[in-house]
Amino acid sequence: MGKPEAFPSETVRPTISKQALVDRLSAVLPKTSLLHAPEDLKPFECDGLTAYRKVPLAVALPEDEAQIRAVLKICHEGRVPVVFRGAGTGLSGGALPYEHGLLLGLSKLKRILEIDPLARVARVQPGVRNAAISEAAAAYGLYYAPDPASHVACSIVGNVAENSGGVHGLKYGLTVHNIIRLRFITVDGTLMELGGDGLDSAGYDLLALATGSEGLLGVVTEITVKLLPKPVKAQVVLAAFDDIEKAGRAVGDIIAAGIVPAGLEMMDQKATAAVEQFVRAGYPLDAQAILLCESDGTEEEVAAEIARVTEVLKTAGATEIRVSRDEAERLRFWAGRKAAFPAVGRILPDYFCMDGTIPKKQLPLVLKRIAELSDRFNLQCANVFHAGDGNLHPLIMFDANDDAQLKRAEEYGAAILELCVEVGGTITGEHGVGVEKINQMCVQFRTAELNAFHSVKHAFDEFGLLNPGKAVPTLQRCAEFGAMHVHRGQEKFPDLPRF
Amino acid sequence: MSETIQPFQEQIKAAAATRRPLRIRGSGSKDFYGVRLEGEILDTRAHTGIVEYEPTELVLTARAGTPLAEIEHALAQRGQMLAFEPPHFGDGATFGGCIAAGFSGPRRAAAGAARDFVLGVRMLNAAGEDLRFGGQVMKNVAGYDLSRLMAGSFGTLGLLLEISVKVLPRPQRERTLRLAMTEEKAIEQVNRWAGEPLPISATCLVDGAVYVRLSGAEPAVEAARARIGGDDVEDAGFWRTVREQAHPFFASADNLWRLSIRSTVGPLNLGPTLIEWNGSLRWVAAALSPKKVHEMAQKAGGHATLFRAQDKSGGIQQFSPELLALHKRLKQALDPEGLFGPGRIHPEF
Repeated sequence: MGKPEAFPSETVRPTISKQALVDRLSAVLPKTSLLHAPEDLKPFECDGLTAYRKVPLAVALPEDEAQIRAVLKICHEGRVPVVFRGAGTGLSGGALPYEHGLLLGLSKLKRILEIDPLARVARVQPGVRNAAISEAAAAYGLYYAPDPASHVACSIVGNVAENSGGVHGLKYGLTVHNIIRLRFITVDGTLMELGGDGLDSAGYDLLALATGSEGLLGVVTEITVKLLPKPVKAQVVLAAFDDIEKAGRAVGDIIAAGIVPAGLEMMDQKATAAVEQFVRAGYPLDAQAILLCESDGTEEEVAAEIARVTEVLKTAGATEIRVSRDEAERLRFWAGRKAAFPAVGRILPDYFCMDGTIPKKQLPLVLKRIAELSDRFNLQCANVFHAGDGNLHPLIMFDANDDAQLKRAEEYGAAILELCVEVGGTITGEHGVGVEKINQMCVQFRTAELNAFHSVKHAFDEFGLLNPGKAVPTLQRCAEFGAMHVHRGQEKFPDLPRF
Repeated sequence: MSETIQPFQEQIKAAAATRRPLRIRGSGSKDFYGVRLEGEILDTRAHTGIVEYEPTELVLTARAGTPLAEIEHALAQRGQMLAFEPPHFGDGATFGGCIAAGFSGPRRAAAGAARDFVLGVRMLNAAGEDLRFGGQVMKNVAGYDLSRLMAGSFGTLGLLLEISVKVLPRPQRERTLRLAMTEEKAIEQVNRWAGEPLPISATCLVDGAVYVRLSGAEPAVEAARARIGGDDVEDAGFWRTVREQAHPFFASADNLWRLSIRSTVGPLNLGPTLIEWNGSLRWVAAALSPKKVHEMAQKAGGHATLFRAQDKSGGIQQFSPELLALHKRLKQALDPEGLFGPGRIHPEF
């Protein structure tokens, strides 16, 4: 999707040599925390977006906050770009190394520092896995709510960088709603605390600004998260539909009935067919689409909500409705949804997972257009959605060994993202822009808006050293992208809100 | 109902040309708040109307000058609400002022703050340029989250034109219980309840009693009522008086401090106290040494605000030197000439 080196202002060059950098870093880091031999750097060349790879100048794996500060000060003095990385599971290339820069790995900082069960908070180091927090809090009947599909592997610092969500986002919110305090170091080594142990902080909401900033504003060294009481009960309704538009309308009907389910997911027939071969979740294969609607809370709340959801789904024309009878069945219903990505990966060797979000009412139109695009680009696409949030994950299947297919897949993905913007949505709901969607940022934002982003960046990072070439495109990039791009220059739907 | 933004752009450009600051203002219901009010008034109340509201999307978009009461009425008609339960602090409170102030009411600890519900903004910057950040969708991580940053910025970073917020269904049933309790016991007890799966939507400790509001499905509320005990409070106006600071506790408060701290910290013994948000919000009605209050709040993991007072010239909040420097750089980045509300939230920017 365009190479940073084609855009000079995205190319930041250190003023010191690799050798000088390594010498200075070895004075502040233990020997085992600094890698610079080519064979040691190779494992860090990509994150979860494996189509893009780069080898950094060196990798630093600090063991504490003081070492992180020392590393940043050295890099700041030598104008060495820094990319930080949590567990490396991101899907947009946010932790793709920079070839003239340092990769700062936070994986050694993986201690849970404090759990305060009465105040319902946990204070953790950046490399702690998302699921490890809930595991540690379980002893107190508490858990950490945001659960991205990768929660077993992904790090909390990566969740903060991307403002990750999960299947329970509609009811329990995203990362930004579930963290209260960050220890945060700007690139010059200045340490500060954003947020606090209370529910808000003095002055501007810098905690919200830092969340989802994709590693461009500062390095997070400690996170205080909110913990919630574990619901007594959870139950899921599986509903089948013979028409995907009916399923889409049923989503709106549930919300209109005053219900905010704990999870509301949708899969189309291509997706259910793929997962049935893979995990045998028991999905009805003749259905054009299925909905999974989860209710959680007290026994009384769940019983009342499940009854209402079932009624709404019947009225909406579901051809089959199953309510999970026990925990094993509930997990089986979810197993298919959670296995959707790997299952699709078994049909063709590669897939792009798109991440647009749209107003829910646009779902039928967008699905129709995605199907038309599938014909146009001659590629298969399975659809899974966080339907309650309007967050789509079309999975475009291809074989990357075939250059022509790869190119068509990239074009197909770009067309889907632009479609999301066109109907009033966004190019990324939860995976981040990274390098993957940087060109589509030019479609979503205008010059004055991009300028505001660059001004904010400048307030935190004067020399543009943190994660260059990611998340926010330069105006030069957008000018170039616009010139080769048919939609740009004329608003296709001038009456639609461009929010 | 006016859709035109041109008069605002002209006023901003004129102010920029003469380097005279602007004070963005709706009805002035929050004029009591802040270090100082400076600049020529830019009145947002000409810019009104709900732009889009579809209950099934759980999203409402409205212009900044729209009366907050009008928005709450429109939502109530469809069985929905602003879940952060914003205080109005005056009959004419506007939607723009509600978001720019970023205040949240009793439901905050359970449902989230004003900023948590902001999905997108349309705004004018100091050059009068028309900008949009965020959107009308629940999840959006494209670009920095400048829309949430606007919540609580008191019009010092730009003029909000339209705001999109997430809205939620109103609970089917609400019920309030009252239990006599000491402050120390109450702080511990509300935190214990908050750690259990109970449908508690608000707590308040005042006059030696803790008030607990339950919200949700009828059977869940009744089960929780049996679990918690206490006396039923029939007066539905109680939470409104707390939210609007119309409760007698606030009546004599010439000096009102607001401390936002770790919820479990024991009694601070600073003076007459009203506690909300499961212990994390403490209102203290007393004239106190600012140095002492700020130190105490910091020790308790949070911060203090001089919320209401005659003399606020010394500032209303305390920033660490690092945070103050960053605030100044950010203000400079988004409002280079210092056009919008200088000194409203801090004497130095």
